[in-house]
Amino acid sequence: MAAIEPVVEFGRRVETHSGQPVNRCYQCRKCSGGCPLTFAMDILPHQLIRLVQLGLSEKALQSKTIWVCAACRTCVSRCPNGIDTAAVADALKQMAVESGTAVAENKVYAFHQSFLQSVRSNGRLHELGMIAGYKLKTKTYTQDLAMGLGMFRRGKLKLMAEKISRRDEIRQIFARSGEVKA
Amino acid sequence: MRYSYYPGCSLHSTASEYDLSTRAVMEALGVELVELSDWNCCGASSGHASSHFLTYALPLRNLILAEKQAAGDLLVPCAACYNLLKTADYKMASRDGEAESLNSEMQTIMGRRYEGRVQVRHVLEVLALPEIRRKIAAGVTRPLSGLKVAAYYGCLLSRPPQVVAFEDNPEQPTTMDAVLRLAGAEPVPWWGKTDCCGASLAISQPGLVETMVGRIVSAASYAGATALVTACPLCQSNLDTRQAPGQEMMPVFFITELLGLALGLAGSDKWLRRHMCDTQPVLAGVGGSLTAAHGKAGM
Ligand code: SF4
Ligand code: SF4
Repeated sequence: MAAIEPVVEFGRRVETHSGQPVNRCYQCRKCSGGCPLTFAMDILPHQLIRLVQLGLSEKALQSKTIWVCAACRTCVSRCPNGIDTAAVADALKQMAVESGTAVAENKVYAFHQSFLQSVRSNGRLHELGMIAGYKLKTKTYTQDLAMGLGMFRRGKLKLMAEKISRRDEIRQIFARSGEVKA
Repeated sequence: MRYSYYPGCSLHSTASEYDLSTRAVMEALGVELVELSDWNCCGASSGHASSHFLTYALPLRNLILAEKQAAGDLLVPCAACYNLLKTADYKMASRDGEAESLNSEMQTIMGRRYEGRVQVRHVLEVLALPEIRRKIAAGVTRPLSGLKVAAYYGCLLSRPPQVVAFEDNPEQPTTMDAVLRLAGAEPVPWWGKTDCCGASLAISQPGLVETMVGRIVSAASYAGATALVTACPLCQSNLDTRQAPGQEMMPVFFITELLGLALGLAGSDKWLRRHMCDTQPVLAGVGGSLTAAHGKAGM
């Protein structure tokens, strides 16, 4: 069993990490009412916030919800207390990876990793490189092949990466980001 | 009228037709674009998921470059880039402790701070300016009469309203509808305008995204539209590629493509040929003879 953390401690860490006033939530459920991804979530957005308030860190960190949130920002636009649940989910993703918690949606994590790897080395996103990296990580070699070919034929995917000239600045930004490595 | 122009990664690759049509339309409307020199990816849609610092630092580098370039407000065609650049600008305007520390980090990295002088503008916001509207109205030579479309705004142009608002009512945006009407098209009233299409999950969760796209396409079709119109490369690409197989496909235009057609600009055939879902059937008969101009768009 994991070490027991005082209830307020976890909530406070999430508040600091996400910059969101999680403790203001009074469970009105407007966030969940408007969320377009509830059909794919294991816990609803308002429940995620409640778990954080109660310090139930394992349930929050292991949830699928934090990974399938599409960051559409409907919830924050409607929350009477200005809570950005997407930012809370982002903070929880990072805390899950840092604490070695099993990631509930590996493919989403692999996508973010491949995306940032491409940006880190080129300064811009190279879609083909990103997709290759993603497929290696997830072994989804056959997914979307026909679509990819169609896009390639229409000149939508470039073979060569576009690189910016001051890539050192991007490398320094990443070095300071504390972004969690694969 | 002059703008610094931040195309973003998609407009240099998957959405090059949005880049070409934006440039062509802006030129026709007398708007000069100066591409931001050495711009970097703003991090959408993965920076914020992986690091709080990246959420702000990646767009902030572009804001600092734009301030240095000083070629006017920063024009952005991508809704996701626009949202992140606005979010970073909003953060810096708060001048809180985190903003100060971001600025001192950027000072070390780039030798420059952000002074907060850049206005970030989305393409739609510029098209809706009274002066530009007048020019559009005067310049339409091939009105898109008979074209029933659903204007799709998606998430990031209007959310959250305190950061990105240029719509009077962020739950019921209207700027794109107004521009489409000027172009002679018929935008339908419908409920899917700001529903999320799931673009940030397009690669990692295609099954979920098909459901989300399906809802939007059927809402548009229920309202009588024969095509969707977007102002975001991520939405367009997602809606254009993630409609469930076996159903009748609905083409997805960029607002600048339809404006280009209505203004009679050359090159529209090249833009439309890049779409995955054929645009020709819905354009046949629109405004009389539009189809002759853009040739074959099929597979
Ligand atoms: S909308 Fe805000 S206050 Fe209401 S349940 Fe969601 S997070 Fe809590
Ligand atoms: S940002 Fe995430 S939690 Fe909020 S409404 Fe959108 S998908 Fe749901």
